[in-house]
Amino acid sequence: MQDDASLLSWVPRLRRYSRALVNNRDDADDLVQDTLERAWAKSSLWGEVADMRAWLFSIMHNLHVDGVRRPRLHTVTMDDDTPEVPVAPTQGDRLAVMDLQAALDLMPAEQKQVLLLVALEDMAYADVAQALGIPIGTVMSRLSRGRERLRSLMEGREGRAEPARLKVVK
Amino acid sequence: MNTDRPPPSIPPVTEADLHAFVDGRLPAERQVEIAAYLAARPEDAQRLEAYRAQKRELHALFDPVLDEQPPQRLLKSARPRAVPQTPWYLQRLAAGIAIAVISGATGWGLRGGLPAGGDDAGRMAAAAPAERGLTLVSAGGFAQRAAVAHAVYSPDTRRPVEVDAAHEDQLVAWLSKRMGAPMKPPHLQAQGYTLEGGRLLPGGQGPVAQFMYRNELGSKLTLYVSNDVADVGSAAGPGAATKPGAKNTDTAFRFAREGTVNVFYWVDGPFGYALSSDADRSVLAQVSAEVYRQLGAPR
Repeated sequence: MQDDASLLSWVPRLRRYSRALVNNRDDADDLVQDTLERAWAKSSLWGEVADMRAWLFSIMHNLHVDGVRRPRLHTVTMDDDTPEVPVAPTQGDRLAVMDLQAALDLMPAEQKQVLLLVALEDMAYADVAQALGIPIGTVMSRLSRGRERLRSLMEGREGRAEPARLKVVK
Repeated sequence: MNTDRPPPSIPPVTEADLHAFVDGRLPAERQVEIAAYLAARPEDAQRLEAYRAQKRELHALFDPVLDEQPPQRLLKSARPRAVPQTPWYLQRLAAGIAIAVISGATGWGLRGGLPAGGDDAGRMAAAAPAERGLTLVSAGGFAQRAAVAHAVYSPDTRRPVEVDAAHEDQLVAWLSKRMGAPMKPPHLQAQGYTLEGGRLLPGGQGPVAQFMYRNELGSKLTLYVSNDVADVGSAAGPGAATKPGAKNTDTAFRFAREGTVNVFYWVDGPFGYALSSDADRSVLAQVSAEVYRQLGAPR
């Protein structure tokens, strides 16, 4: 059984994953809020939940995939919680950052989810399979395709040619 | 890569092994075997190094989120007391639908001038033929939007406003900029209402400012301000004193009722104002007069 403090303790990690998945601060926090509220609505099940992290991420994943996004008037947040100006990176950092974010946006959702859970959340493959409700073999194939897709996007964007990959068609 | 025949001494190396190697998920012994395997395959080694770089870059990009102070709304949602019976966005949606259904079914009252009688307008509209009700609804976009905005945001205990009254200067600067005209909330303490804050909303044609107030008993009052004359002009439908296309010099108050929300609205120069509340219309009339005095007085 979880107490309220332990659900609070998940907020930073849920936000990190959501931000990488959605790439828009307000939408990402909306997704976290929906996830938390869904988790509380199902709090009677907590006693049976073996792995709270996998469970919470599965809720978030389902909300994200089902497109259960709340209908709302689009407003831009302006309050104390949201500094208007993010920390300004150096010029070099900015280029790299934009590349990665842009590349993530171009990735298929199912590959991105697996990649982020493994590479960012450091989740074990079996936990990823549980969180996403897919067989572990599917996790591995999506991970493989996702990593390769991200690599080609990043390298293509940065204009790094790979002569070794060019082959003469016979 | 996988088609390469591995040295007979070690089990075959699969693609899954290579990912587990990157992720440090292999037993130490197997980790060594894979490292030896890669030593002879620079292309695979280079590929796996790119995967490692992805991990580093993802952490560099998103780990700072871990150190951010989460918004209050998330902290509240993480605590058990914040659990609503139904998700808050559905409550909002339900409120909006209820308003729409009520107004669609009964129409809504329009009256010229300050109130002379109680809730007759609402009852008369309710008794009117459906066609008339629909006409009135379509003609009353402005007041209706104000009432719906009131019904949606005023019950919200979590985020009733976007910028709170503690940052009134910021609120004024922001709304003035977005509205393209000075937007200063009137002060209504003498009427018992304290400013809570405000937000920007989409109106019929462009942005609309909403200021929210509450009194000691928790009753909310919202002031909805549009600077789109056409938007407000269309509100002056049948039954209103203003002729279509007339210059907006008519400052008569008009009254509308949307469900339980009473709305006083008027046009003053380039601005349309709507004051919405659950309060009695007599109270609302007094506050409207004060708002008009502060904001719309002839200069």
